[in-house]
Amino acid sequence: MNMLTVSGSPHVHGDDSVKKIMYGVVYAMIPAILVSVYFFGLDALKILVISSVACIFFEWIVQKYILKGPNTINDGSALVAGILLAFNVPANLPVWMIIVGAFVTIVVAKMSFGGLGKNPFNPALVGRIFLLISFPVQMTSWPLPKPVFGGTALMDAVTGPTPLGLMKEQLKMGQSIPDIMQMPEMPGYINELMGNQGGSLGEISAIALILGALYMLIRKIITWHTPVAYLLTFFAFTGIMHLIDPMQYASPFFHLVTGGLMLGVFFMATDMVTTPIAFRGMLIFGIGAGLLTAIIRLWGAYPEGVAFAILIMNGFTPLINRAFKPRRFGEKVAQA
Amino acid sequence: MSTLKTFSIGGVHPAENKISAGRAIEVLEPPKQAFIPLNQNLGAPAKPLVNKGDEVKVGQLIANGEAFISSNVHSSVSGKVLKIDTITDTSGYKRPAVFITVEGDEWDPSIDRTETIIKDIKLSQKEIIDRIKEMGIVGLGGATFPSHVKLMVPDGKKAEYLLINGVECEPYLTSDHQLMLSKGEEILIGTKILMKGLGVQKAFIGIENNKPDAIRHLSGLAESFEGITIVPLKVKYPQGGEKQLIKAVINREVPSGKLPIEVGAVVHNVGTAFAVYEAIQKNKPLIERVVTLTGKPVSRPSNFMVRIGTPISQLFEKAGGLPENAGKIISGGPMMGKALISLETPVVKGTSGILVMEEKDSARVEIKPCIRCGRCVSVCPMGLEPLLLSQLSKREMWDKAENERIMDCIECGSCHYICPSGRPLLDYIRLGKNKVGQIIRNRGKK
Ligand code: SF4
Ligand code: SF4
Repeated sequence: MNMLTVSGSPHVHGDDSVKKIMYGVVYAMIPAILVSVYFFGLDALKILVISSVACIFFEWIVQKYILKGPNTINDGSALVAGILLAFNVPANLPVWMIIVGAFVTIVVAKMSFGGLGKNPFNPALVGRIFLLISFPVQMTSWPLPKPVFGGTALMDAVTGPTPLGLMKEQLKMGQSIPDIMQMPEMPGYINELMGNQGGSLGEISAIALILGALYMLIRKIITWHTPVAYLLTFFAFTGIMHLIDPMQYASPFFHLVTGGLMLGVFFMATDMVTTPIAFRGMLIFGIGAGLLTAIIRLWGAYPEGVAFAILIMNGFTPLINRAFKPRRFGEKVAQA
Repeated sequence: MSTLKTFSIGGVHPAENKISAGRAIEVLEPPKQAFIPLNQNLGAPAKPLVNKGDEVKVGQLIANGEAFISSNVHSSVSGKVLKIDTITDTSGYKRPAVFITVEGDEWDPSIDRTETIIKDIKLSQKEIIDRIKEMGIVGLGGATFPSHVKLMVPDGKKAEYLLINGVECEPYLTSDHQLMLSKGEEILIGTKILMKGLGVQKAFIGIENNKPDAIRHLSGLAESFEGITIVPLKVKYPQGGEKQLIKAVINREVPSGKLPIEVGAVVHNVGTAFAVYEAIQKNKPLIERVVTLTGKPVSRPSNFMVRIGTPISQLFEKAGGLPENAGKIISGGPMMGKALISLETPVVKGTSGILVMEEKDSARVEIKPCIRCGRCVSVCPMGLEPLLLSQLSKREMWDKAENERIMDCIECGSCHYICPSGRPLLDYIRLGKNKVGQIIRNRGKK
């Protein structure tokens, strides 16, 4: 009888695993991947593949020769970081730069802390910010979309500003919001929703990102707490400013569908490793990120604020975890 | 249709696997030899009253639970006392037990063995409590707390509701389910007796919605029992936990470190209600119980009525033998049960089921680093942070662990079950609870 296994309860395990979660995130990114390839063609595919392969490669190297721990490249987290990093750069970024970005993402932001689960900041966002600061020109010259169908495909990429960048420029030059919205360079809401606008690979289509988010919500890979808190706060703040002065502050709807907001809200602010663990903390994180994003967008030097906002909130995560505990059972004595 | 009641924080839904659900209770023969442990209750062990060589009858008192939290033990078989020695119990500890060589099946004549159902409750409140104590009745849900103690409401507290736990939320187990189907009326009379013993007018029987036949059956019967309501509950583990059941049924939260009576509730298991019926109306001590023998490799998953003290190996003889591919044998359910090291362990008052798991299912999943996904936090029914508690235990930071309410953990295993990294959270938390519990007790001594 000494062949029986003896260990503590529970004796059954749910069927979730790190790998399943990570590949779930990968599946959720497929709509945005397709949209980026549709609008930016092979350039997008090239960036996606190189970024992913580089991330996986760097993780493997560090794991094998430095950490000497078990091989982790199968868990899918390096692939997720790779795709996310690609999502955060323009399709015409030089290949060597994306490799540098992958290095920073994996080696500096993730593995130097000990690997998956130990990094305090979202690795792909660290990669993005590093690239933005090191190569500001290349990181902000956006190819205009050239849809596979009915576009001027196969031409050399034409670059132009993103809607958010255009707005920031024009505001600085003294234009008012209604005039800016009338400019021919503004893609209009429908195009912005679908992804027919300038921007980084994965941020252009709000619809594709929302589709992916729905998938993650249904599969319970993410919960609603952070995204809802983030979006509501951001919408309320930009909405109030718009009501106060519609000449200076764009409509909250414009802000929702442009730039990296949706990408950040659904794929970065929900990163489990770097955001709070309890529902209350997630709400606080979302509110903070929403506020910071709005403030940076409206008054900061950069047209975009999502990446900075989330990274700053990542820094607060340990504090939030300490200050906002889950509601303990019996904490408030509810009476029937 | 209104939404079903349930508790509000946390919970998981493991695969139910109630493969023995349709099996009516079969009465198992008395064993050739019975091992009856002296401590079958939470609290102090009972003092043996028999010696080597004594003749005993079924139902005879063989050990006296003298301490306040203790419980009497009766013989479940007739025969000769072989010796008083130690035996390995289901948790792997050596415990003193009375070994009885079985001869025939001679019952104490005072026990009413007929099938007649007696509805009239003649005893007074005090007599009820005394008789429950005398008959060695403990909670049959697994915790084995002496039942009479729960009926003695402390000064300054007031009992308002009796809750009967028919939830059976552990996957695989079906003993309570079958008992409700076959002994419904007895359970309701037992509930009435407990209501009288407690002095309350209202009782609820909570049953999870995966047992619609039991809900229907008891609801029908309950129409002729004033004050008893059947409450169907949404299927969610660990709803059978006292605090979770109270929250689900009467929407009250028992504060940290307090007993259910704090919010006016007392909880008993359906099996206990049945045992109370037999004790009061039939004069029968707690000497047998329903045990589920189940598991995917078991050829005949069954529900047995088993004499206390029957070696577990005996159950397998009736259920088609011990499966070849048995990897792990568990006393209780897969979420909270204990892995057995020996099949010569006897069935005791707290044994609700024996579960056989295959090697491939019983192997634990590979442990990966925590990805801080927060799943363990969101499923904890006590609103704790299992990843934090397990870390604090690992690092031996007992003060912090106490502040983070490690003692509130009900060891339901939901956190460990859900963790995608397969982290053995509950192993560490259990260790921490032991340590912190010791520290708290020592503090009390000073
Ligand atoms: S469920 Fe597991 S991986 Fe997730 S936070 Fe808890 S311990 Fe970490
Ligand atoms: S910490 Fe305790 S109560 Fe919470 S889920 Fe884990 S075992 Fe259950």
